[in-house]
Amino acid sequence: MKASGERARFLDRQRNVDRLLWGATALGVIVILSDFFFHRHVYHPWENFRGFYGVFGAVGIVLLVQLAKALRRLVMRDEDYYESD
Amino acid sequence: MSPTELPPFAAYFAAALLVPFLRGWLRAGVLLLVPVLGALALLGLEPGVHAQVRVMDFTLTVFQVDRLSLLFGYLFNLAAFLAFLFSLHLKREEGAALQHSAGLAYAGSALGAVFAGDLITLFIFWELLALTSVFLVWARKSNRSLSSGVRYLVVNVVSGVLLLAGALIHAHQTGSIAFTYLGLDGLASWLILLAFGIKAGFPLLHGWLVDAYPEATPTGTVFLSAFTTKVAVYALARAFPGTDLLVTVGVVMTCFPIFYAVIENDLRRVLSYSMINQIGFMVVGIGLGTPLAVNGAVAHAFNDVIFKGLLMMSMGAVLFRTGTVKGTDLGGLYKSMPLTAAFSLVGAASISAVPLFSGFVSKSMVMAAALEGGHGWIWILLLFASAGVVEHAGIKIPFFGFFAHDSGIRTREAPLNMLLAMGIASVLCIAIGAFPHKTVYPLLPFPVEFVPYDATHVLTQLQLLFFSSLGVFWMMRTGWYPPEKRSVNLDSDWAYRWLAPRVVRSAGSAIARADGGFRRVSLRWLSVFLKEAAKALSPTSGLSRHYPTGFMVLWVSILLGAYLLFYFL
Repeated sequence: MKASGERARFLDRQRNVDRLLWGATALGVIVILSDFFFHRHVYHPWENFRGFYGVFGAVGIVLLVQLAKALRRLVMRDEDYYESD
Repeated sequence: MSPTELPPFAAYFAAALLVPFLRGWLRAGVLLLVPVLGALALLGLEPGVHAQVRVMDFTLTVFQVDRLSLLFGYLFNLAAFLAFLFSLHLKREEGAALQHSAGLAYAGSALGAVFAGDLITLFIFWELLALTSVFLVWARKSNRSLSSGVRYLVVNVVSGVLLLAGALIHAHQTGSIAFTYLGLDGLASWLILLAFGIKAGFPLLHGWLVDAYPEATPTGTVFLSAFTTKVAVYALARAFPGTDLLVTVGVVMTCFPIFYAVIENDLRRVLSYSMINQIGFMVVGIGLGTPLAVNGAVAHAFNDVIFKGLLMMSMGAVLFRTGTVKGTDLGGLYKSMPLTAAFSLVGAASISAVPLFSGFVSKSMVMAAALEGGHGWIWILLLFASAGVVEHAGIKIPFFGFFAHDSGIRTREAPLNMLLAMGIASVLCIAIGAFPHKTVYPLLPFPVEFVPYDATHVLTQLQLLFFSSLGVFWMMRTGWYPPEKRSVNLDSDWAYRWLAPRVVRSAGSAIARADGGFRRVSLRWLSVFLKEAAKALSPTSGLSRHYPTGFMVLWVSILLGAYLLFYFL
């Protein structure tokens, strides 16, 4: 939504947002690929896996958000829950 | 050095008494000069005792300096400067005198606590922290802030009482009240740890923090986020480094709030959960106890005060201009408040530990210390928590506040003083992130050999950042991301806000019922007794009969006869 009479800004167009998202994804792929060319120190056995940090970040964040969504069923109440007495 | 120097809190307390009588530029000058002079006064201070006072039989060390307290001394002066600059615009009708005065007394109490050389002095400032800061919550003048402030005060005062109890037992057992390494052994140290734990927001003891901080004034929360919890971190670092329990406690602190942060609608409450998460990293570092870990914990406390302050300031500016910081109401504010949005992004990058921003150079120390100590699972959980930080503080705060779907709200950019405060904090975030060896590292308690900028650290961190962010944005794009909802999420404060009143109420009615039943049964028994007594004493009953004298003589002789018989037997 934009206020009347305003010019649409760059981020107001979904197409531009999608372009940014795909651009960021491409950069992410480059970062993952660079893992195959750099030698890095390994302290934990899981780190031996190339691209470990990327995979861990993506899986971790999806798990976190979906579990949090489920947590809503348990803890979410009306906004005036504590005031409604 | 003579032990009679003026302790750092003195100037703050004096100014707190003075500012209500000052107006305009004069007040602004005092508010900004006190922290600047306070920091300058700390330059070149030698470690050791600088001031003592005798109270009854105790010698209280009110001003003691070492590297650890000095770092927090600089930090608190810096935080006070930024918070006062951020709140200079306050008008009389917003309770400016009260808020400025309370802010000064609060910052002074924090300084008093970190330079306290004994547990009794620490206790005094510990309680003053609560008593002075609660006015920053109440100054919001809403019903919620009033009741929230009362709960805040009660919990924090209880923390002080526990500290005093622990200190007195400790003094009785050891004959010393010195505030130094304690370690966990015996009742006294457990009580003191519990007191520190309440103020540090340990799991299940954290309810007051997420309850009260978002209810304070837009400027008040900036003060609150800087001092109380960091004084607790300082106290833990002094008294309990290397305590194994803290590693576990800290990891739980990093992991559980990130779930709440995902679903919380009030963005300042999201930042309050985020604060517990960040303190978790510090508590882990203190628990690990190695020089690298403690350095990391302290450095992270230093950086957190600045970047969390910056994020709180950006949300405070939004609240000040729009009257709300709810994710459901906001969005698209970058069009009206572009500078605030940019500063918020710097804060977000810093807390997410993007290379070249401050969080990166301190959090990686704690992570590295966990790995070096062979705590693999701790490290995995910290890594998970780091991804969570990217989600709630790195993306959610700026995204829902300033971008997302345009809410249609059009307002003005934040006032100049707010922009200046956020600007300075942003510069500090980047300066510390880019030049840690020239800024925060030299202040740390142990010599620093850690090198944050090598290919391994940067590459792995970029991977984590990129893919956790992409995960969030793709979930938003595909509708997997939960929408913001107007709601309250139950947390540990539910126990005393909902459960306890009901338990007391139902216990009260149970007692009333039992009491009523007891009275009814007693009355019935009493009336039966009275009826029987009346019957027995009536003119027609056996007791009222007349007996002839001979009858009595007969009975007396029988009794005497029986007595004689028993005597001879």
